[in-house]
Amino acid sequence: MSTYPKLGEKDTRSGFGDGLTELGRTNPNVVALCADLAGSLKMDQFIKENPERYFQVGIAEANMMGLAAGLTIGGKIPFTGTFANFSTGRVYDQIRQSIAYSGKNVKICASHAGLTLGEDGATHQILEDIGLMKMLPGMTVICPADYNQTKQATLAIADYEGPVYLRFGRPKWPIFIPENMLFEIGKAQVLKEGKDISVFATGHMVWLALQAAESLANQGVSVEVINIHTIKPLDREAVVKSVTKTGKAITCEEHNVLGGLGESIAAVLSENIPTPLKMIGVNDTFGESGTPDQLLEKYGLSVENIQTAILNMLK
Amino acid sequence: MDTHKEFARQVRRDILRMVHAVQSGHPGGSLGCTEYFTALYRVVLKRNSTFTMDGKGEDLFFLSNGHISPVWYSVLARTGHFPVSELATFRKLNTRLQGHPTTHEGLPGVRVASGSLGQGLSVAIGAALAKKLNQDESLVYCLHGDGELQEGQIWEAAMYAAGNKVDNIIATVDVNGKQIDGSTDEVLPMGNLSEKFSAFGWDVLVLEQGNNLEEVVRSLELAKTRTGKGKPVVILMKTEMGAGVDFMMGTHKWHGVAPNDEQLANALAQLPETSFGDY
Repeated sequence: MSTYPKLGEKDTRSGFGDGLTELGRTNPNVVALCADLAGSLKMDQFIKENPERYFQVGIAEANMMGLAAGLTIGGKIPFTGTFANFSTGRVYDQIRQSIAYSGKNVKICASHAGLTLGEDGATHQILEDIGLMKMLPGMTVICPADYNQTKQATLAIADYEGPVYLRFGRPKWPIFIPENMLFEIGKAQVLKEGKDISVFATGHMVWLALQAAESLANQGVSVEVINIHTIKPLDREAVVKSVTKTGKAITCEEHNVLGGLGESIAAVLSENIPTPLKMIGVNDTFGESGTPDQLLEKYGLSVENIQTAILNMLK
Repeated sequence: MDTHKEFARQVRRDILRMVHAVQSGHPGGSLGCTEYFTALYRVVLKRNSTFTMDGKGEDLFFLSNGHISPVWYSVLARTGHFPVSELATFRKLNTRLQGHPTTHEGLPGVRVASGSLGQGLSVAIGAALAKKLNQDESLVYCLHGDGELQEGQIWEAAMYAAGNKVDNIIATVDVNGKQIDGSTDEVLPMGNLSEKFSAFGWDVLVLEQGNNLEEVVRSLELAKTRTGKGKPVVILMKTEMGAGVDFMMGTHKWHGVAPNDEQLANALAQLPETSFGDY
């Protein structure tokens, strides 16, 4: 019996939308901006309840980032909403200068991240956003695992002072993080303890890693699964602690292996406790159109791929 | 007004000495906007006695064309934001007076980093929106270069402000017709800026004599009376790059070049010492 059974299914972007709605009711300083994707970002309820605190900026993401930076001056907590590609690559310099370097308390909330965006194809499937954002000094980068955790993260970042990149996705995805599980920015979660190998996963990949681990448990393989919902600041202690026990590591992310979670883990391991590591992610290529499951399989991010990688490392 | 003019002369001396000391920085646009900054900080802005980032209940200013930091630093120092002696640290290691303005080192007076062009109008509009949410009736001012208008984000912001009736902002464009590589018409002709801003839904004022202090004050005061009427306000302020130093005027070449010792002496001779005193 799994410790984290599937509780239901919902898109992580709805976790953002529901978190934002709750913030609208509880925090009068929270304001929201969107670049013509309010429906996709599930911001409708917030907008309905707080029309005066919502700014529809049109298809003009650079301006949106600047407006958000300005709104912090006067004490507002702006949440920007658009797709991950338009939240990062398109507006990198606006984020860099007006938000990160200026230390503005802006929450950049990005949906439709990664391969699981699906049919829209590579123009929209950004696989470089984690890298772009984690390179910015002072930027916190969070990629929650399911609907519940995305909602928790949305609430948590409102109480955190400083710029944050919150990455989530489009497809319906299993809900498995209990609503009452403590979410702390920067604190990794050991979801399954094991002794043979550590699997560090982020976002949608956490569920797949758990499935791989539970299936291998039947074959007598003991896999530790750690949810790295905060990629920056990385919970270095949790990483070192786990591999001290297991001596082997795998990372799983819906992102280019260049610049992603895997590189961050590799840096911690090589500086502290050199450990064999396999990075599962997209290998320096663009995505393409397809269903989320087809894409995860084609690019080597499926449950089977994770199982194979684990068994190969244990040979 | 005489004192203000003497103040402006001192600011010009500061700009030249700061840029000369580190042999880098942007004297041309700084000299051209000296009257604007003098008018803004000495006459127009309603400011609280202490600088706070939020600036509630006071007018805010944003410099979008951050490369003219020398004029802003001089005026900020000489209006009590930080010690005048700190001007000597401009562009030096560990300074709060970075080449381009930033909040990063906590310099009082600066509310956002600028330097990468085209971003300041959006930020100023955002701050204006926050003022409206806070029922704060003070105003937001911002300054832009004319070359900066070549950045697309400016027009995203211009469209937004007019479309959403952000009428508590007074943007000023330093129309000196010059940018690094030459005249704006040589680099990228922008056509009729007044018609462009009007077409975007802004209330446009044209200030013909942007280096005449009385005219700058009059224009800013007029602009204030045009706020609160459903439209953002822009002043197209015609200035002379390098104003106040004869050999720096009439050319784009002093946009980002520092004078040598001889040129500094020549320039300062045209701007006699003031009762404010050099830093």
